[in-house]
Amino acid sequence: MTERLEPVTSPWQRVSRRYVVVDFVGNLVSGVFFVGVSLLPALLTGIPLLYLIPAAFAITSIITLALVPRRVRSIGYQLRDDDLLFRRGLLFQRFVSVPYGRMQLVDINRGPIARAVGLSELKFVTAAAATGVTIPGLPETEAEELRDRLVALAETRRAGL
Amino acid sequence: MSARAPREEFGTSWRLADGEWHRLHPATPLLRGGVAFVAILGIVIVNLRDTLIQLVVGGPDLGEDPVRWILTNGYAAAFFAIVLGVLLLFTLGFYVSWRMSSFRITDELVEVRSGVLFRTNRRGRLDRIQGVNISRPLLARVFGAAKLEVDVAGHDANVHLSYLGSAAADELRREILLLASGTHSEPAGAAPTGSFLQQRASELLAPERDPNSAPPESVVDLHLGRLLGSLLLSGFTVVILGAVAALAVAVAITHEYFFLFAFVPGIIGMAGFYVRRFTRSVRYSIAATPDGIRVGFGLLSMTNETLPPGRIHAIQVSQPLLWRPAGWWEIRINRASTSQGRGADRQEQTIILPVGNSTDVSNVLSLLLPHLDGEALGFLDRGLISRGGEDGFVNSPPRARVLRWVSRARNGFASLDGIIVLRRGAIWRVLVIVPQARIQSVGLHQGPLLRALRLASVRLHTVAGPVDARLGALDAVKATTFFTEVADAAVTSGLADATHRWRAAPVTAPRTASPTVSTAQ
Repeated sequence: MTERLEPVTSPWQRVSRRYVVVDFVGNLVSGVFFVGVSLLPALLTGIPLLYLIPAAFAITSIITLALVPRRVRSIGYQLRDDDLLFRRGLLFQRFVSVPYGRMQLVDINRGPIARAVGLSELKFVTAAAATGVTIPGLPETEAEELRDRLVALAETRRAGL
Repeated sequence: MSARAPREEFGTSWRLADGEWHRLHPATPLLRGGVAFVAILGIVIVNLRDTLIQLVVGGPDLGEDPVRWILTNGYAAAFFAIVLGVLLLFTLGFYVSWRMSSFRITDELVEVRSGVLFRTNRRGRLDRIQGVNISRPLLARVFGAAKLEVDVAGHDANVHLSYLGSAAADELRREILLLASGTHSEPAGAAPTGSFLQQRASELLAPERDPNSAPPESVVDLHLGRLLGSLLLSGFTVVILGAVAALAVAVAITHEYFFLFAFVPGIIGMAGFYVRRFTRSVRYSIAATPDGIRVGFGLLSMTNETLPPGRIHAIQVSQPLLWRPAGWWEIRINRASTSQGRGADRQEQTIILPVGNSTDVSNVLSLLLPHLDGEALGFLDRGLISRGGEDGFVNSPPRARVLRWVSRARNGFASLDGIIVLRRGAIWRVLVIVPQARIQSVGLHQGPLLRALRLASVRLHTVAGPVDARLGALDAVKATTFFTEVADAAVTSGLADATHRWRAAPVTAPRTASPTVSTAQ
């Protein structure tokens, strides 16, 4: 494996460790669901070969679950002078830079599991649908502070479309 | 203007953008709903033709039909009363709906009120205008009316003024653009001259009335032959030929001529496509005006769109394979507004140059990106046809050949004065230009395959449209540098950008949006 992408040397802000729980439970639920659904053809028809489908799903789910802690560690963001830098992904790395002036709105979302462990998710919307920057796993107070700060930053650097 | 125009309307005042409420063109009810009514009337007449002929000339008895039944049983009076009543009701309805619709243009916004039972009130901020579109459907042209559409960013968020007087629409566009540009001078409008009929005639004949300045000269002369040729050589034609070949084979093998009939709806659809493409591209013109680029096209129904500066988010110059021998190119753009128009219309709105040679491309690019000098345009021109290698672009390294078999040497990027240029494709040549000030965000990606090859891909995020500004299989180190450069450039250009107030003084503090709402009702 060759070296990974590292566009900047400055340190990354990481998301809360508790997000591992959220991501783990979410992946577990979807994994169980897919294995359950894909079991149906095999159970209904009784063809042994069809058990390969749920088995494949199960293996994929287990690998995904095993990688959850590392994947959560890979999520990071930096509030630079004029833009927000976001990264995520282990196998498929993705870096996005969003100038503050381009932010149209900032959403705070809380899923049921995230709420149970006191975490929020911050979503940034620009005029481009492809931006897709969502920082999960922020403690609730931190998320609100960050939102207010980003909105203030966006206001001072307001640009047209 | 119509002589029937009530006095508070544009019959007397030539400045529509005075902050007062105005009514739409008096023919609006007829043009909006009346067209359907006329069509229904036509159908009825056609159906009655046989009966009428028989009544007048005499002839073989056609047997019973509703009309004959009505006539023979003496219900004619009642029948005509009902028809008249319905007609009156319709007319009244359209009249009320016209009376209830009004619009106004203030220094800050354009506002439309409409609807009888369900009132609608739509406001658009002038400094958010993405374009002003004047369209003249054939029937509206007969009445000297035109549709004015103020494009605002967002899906289906445009403000429609249909219909206005033809000259009034031109004048209003000028005033809206003037207000949007940041100046607040009030130049006098040109008064209409000549009688009603003369005006109708001159408006029907004149492709575009522009009372403000000399009519802008189109920088591109689109020959009819070239337009037809480009349609015949489009990718769509290739698909059709493939389908025809498949059909011929199918018929030859199975001897089932039924397949031919199954193809009929397809033929109608294809003919529709060609006719639409043709009518939307014929009489094409593009010209620079002080308030942006004006693109006009259409033979019977004419459309005329003005794009103020800084409203173009991405530009794509592309060449379908079959166009290459002729050296033709097509230019499409991404814009922040989408029109409510029918599917094909909406698609066409993003085509800025339907077909043109490299000179036309240079001319149009110099309109779209007025700050570029000849050197930069030459660079773009060379970049379009270059075989790649050392041509000023940072192209993919040789090891990317696995992923870009043919286009590896042409797969590259360059930064010019205020723009980012991405080039890809050797068979289907594509050049994407993104103004730095319009970049919403930048992304850098690397999957396992790219990582193994020490490659990465970069994507510039712009507003949605036909242009996709992404470039894959770049050298990982160069892509990373490019990513940080573009991120910095997007910030600095975005802050320095003042094109949304293009006539205001170059250095102005951003206008704070005042949420004051006038309550004139």
